[in-house]
Amino acid sequence: MRIPVEKFRLDNGLLVMLSQDKTAPIVAVNLWYHVGSANERIGRTGFAHLFEHMLFQGSENVEANEHFELVQRAGGTLNGSTWLERTNYFETVPSNQLALALWLEADRMGALLPAMTQKKLDTQRDVVKNERRWSVDNQPYGTCWEKLQELTYPESHPFHHSLIGSMEDLSEASLEDVAQFFRTYYTPDNAVLSVAGDFEIDEARMLVEKYFGPIPKGQGIPPLKKMDLPPTFGGPLRNVVQDDVSLARVYMAFRSPTFGSNEYYAASVTGAILGMRRGSRLYRSLVRDRQTAADATAFTFDLAKGADILVIDVTARPEISADQIEQEVTREVDLLQQDGVSEAEVERAVALIQTDILTAMQTASERADRLSMFATLLGDADLVNEQADLYAAVTAERVNAFVRKRLGPENRATLIYVPRDRSEADDESSAREAASA
Amino acid sequence: MLDNGMRVIVAPVRKLPIVTLLAVIDATAVSDPQGKEGLAELTAQVMREGTAELNGAELTLEFEKLGTSLEAGADWDSTVASMTVLRGKLDKAFSLFSQVLTTPAFRNEDVERLRAERLAERLQIIDEPRGLADESFSRFLYEEGSRYAEPMSGSSRSVSAITREDVTSFYESNYSPSATTLIMVGDLTIDEGEALARDAFGSWQRSSIAKVVKADSAARTSRASQIVTKSDAAQSELRVGHVGVPRVHEDYFPIVVMNAVLGGLFSSRINLNLREAHGYTYGASSYYDWRRQSGPFVISTAVQSEVTGEAISEILKEIDRMRSEEIGQDELTLATSYLEGVFPIRYETTAAIAAALANMVTFKLPENYYDTYRTNIASVTTGDVLRAAGEYVNPDRLQVVVVGDANLLTSPMEALQIGPLTVRDGTDA
Repeated sequence: MRIPVEKFRLDNGLLVMLSQDKTAPIVAVNLWYHVGSANERIGRTGFAHLFEHMLFQGSENVEANEHFELVQRAGGTLNGSTWLERTNYFETVPSNQLALALWLEADRMGALLPAMTQKKLDTQRDVVKNERRWSVDNQPYGTCWEKLQELTYPESHPFHHSLIGSMEDLSEASLEDVAQFFRTYYTPDNAVLSVAGDFEIDEARMLVEKYFGPIPKGQGIPPLKKMDLPPTFGGPLRNVVQDDVSLARVYMAFRSPTFGSNEYYAASVTGAILGMRRGSRLYRSLVRDRQTAADATAFTFDLAKGADILVIDVTARPEISADQIEQEVTREVDLLQQDGVSEAEVERAVALIQTDILTAMQTASERADRLSMFATLLGDADLVNEQADLYAAVTAERVNAFVRKRLGPENRATLIYVPRDRSEADDESSAREAASA
Repeated sequence: MLDNGMRVIVAPVRKLPIVTLLAVIDATAVSDPQGKEGLAELTAQVMREGTAELNGAELTLEFEKLGTSLEAGADWDSTVASMTVLRGKLDKAFSLFSQVLTTPAFRNEDVERLRAERLAERLQIIDEPRGLADESFSRFLYEEGSRYAEPMSGSSRSVSAITREDVTSFYESNYSPSATTLIMVGDLTIDEGEALARDAFGSWQRSSIAKVVKADSAARTSRASQIVTKSDAAQSELRVGHVGVPRVHEDYFPIVVMNAVLGGLFSSRINLNLREAHGYTYGASSYYDWRRQSGPFVISTAVQSEVTGEAISEILKEIDRMRSEEIGQDELTLATSYLEGVFPIRYETTAAIAAALANMVTFKLPENYYDTYRTNIASVTTGDVLRAAGEYVNPDRLQVVVVGDANLLTSPMEALQIGPLTVRDGTDA
């Protein structure tokens, strides 16, 4: 299955991808800015994400929150999200509302700053602090992503700090930071626009030129700090965290080839062999057979610059200690490294991945998002049509070469969550159960 | 319909070479015996752990070699087993799918392992403030002993009590062709779907009678509130609401639109107030949990602990405003045009279409339900919304549950006068 991809670039540098599909009367608009938490400066962690919130606070022509209202009133869905390497904004609307979605995105790319006020920034700062409390501080294992990044990327590296940021840095963010960040990164030459679904090519092209064409090019993006890293950590890394949890959990991460590289596909398949669904190695061995784990998964972060990480995530059964579950995971990784994988394991993993790729392509929003992703991170939107073949070409030999090179003790970072020592642990856990059970 | 009473629905969608198969069975969590809550869920889970021919590991591998996996679970009103598979692998996958439903082995070792996994999951749910708040709210809302007061997948105590005999007997009394509707959506014709269904399920002969039990008795008819202590909580998980109404209801559409205005959308009143005007929260919403019997009506949010009292007051104000003033035409059309417009966006995938058809089966919705959905939404008036708020949001019956730090919460909550306040903490055990 291949989706059509038509590409063009405006004079101001905006790269545009159009992919028509008339099976449903809807159209998805998707805009990727090539900026994420990796671009933040020291003392401003979390700013890229806070800034994403500000993009819904209106512009010269749109009131605060009116963007949401206009799209919802048009019968559409929308949101934005921030990641280490990018920030994206997206709408899916009935076909006859394409112009609205394109205008709204162009409007805030062109005319955001006049609407920015201290009060809006203060409110969104509070909202984001509550987002941090909700998703990190008040969640079991909620600090795992920031701790994993801290452990697996050196302190000077742009992927070292978390995307949600620290409370202190969020407090420091100013209106001047907003203006500077906008002028630097939210420019047409640092963005990719994708439109997928039911629309006319000529009309979409005309609308894009009309709305985005007048926006001036940016002044250039400051280069990221050095992203390249050696292929392994160079020795085992380890961090043990006490958390308010009942079950111990082990994350084991391996430095891994960047998203989209040739070796990446072997890494991705290794992740699926280890931890995708219930037929995977870790699930079969630790959850089903040995019954030491409550759950087990593995996946890559999919970072395209410098180095990615492959992460194993295993939660222990209640009677299994943190030390025991760590030994269990280590044993499985050792086994994999010594004996390698079979062709049958590769086939199982690839079959699952290929079904996922195809089912994802059912929705206009996913097609648009993947076009933007491949264009932004790898410079080639057509890669969206190559993924199934690239996975099909992965062999046991390639997986084993990856495993030998990257899964050894010198490339393991272990993050362990230990249930906080509660002096009356038994009383408390039964009381907690009583509160809900 | 097959001769054995099994219904078959085929919806050809010729977009991509994939098919979603879904069986919806009238085997419900409401039918769980008292003290064995979680039996419907455990039965669905153990069902996919092996057939007469294949054990669980082998069966899982067979599915995954075909690039698919079987999902199975029970909720209040049905059990659903489903999978999405490439068209080229459909025949083989369909045959495995039918074996799982008709010849599950229910080996004792699998019952024991999955029971232990459910118990581990229980600990994770109550570690998690959102899960703890949802469950605590249901327990507070419904009368003790009524099924809706207990978690859908059971408590530690009830799951521990489930035996293999319970599982097999639940299957015997609830799974049968006449209790099952098979739904196929995607790249196939009606004839192909019917032939597959007949070959695989035609010889399945069993009968069952679903047990109907009243599950939705309210614990009380006046206001009350509760703090569930979670020491050092970074936020308060807040639930405000009361027992709602059943899914099949003459005022379903006015209620849906009213809720969209109150708290169903990003642009609705409660979110704009608590998040955008005050910055108390990352998000606030309201919903009716639609079930065959009266599920909860809930306003749900997580707020910074220090502003819990203020957040509850704002919620109460929004409820009063919803009930006392007719909404403007503008606000009405925001809700109705959103609900009408997103309709095709919600049904882009074969899995979403199959789930929507299952929903129709579960609630016995009329055949033209989805055809008339948009007209029904569009015909709701501002007067209907006011009437729905007046009849189905009841401030005198509001129940409030907060999971958080009791030291910070007790005095602001007492000051609100939202009914008698109880605190559940370690000493409750």
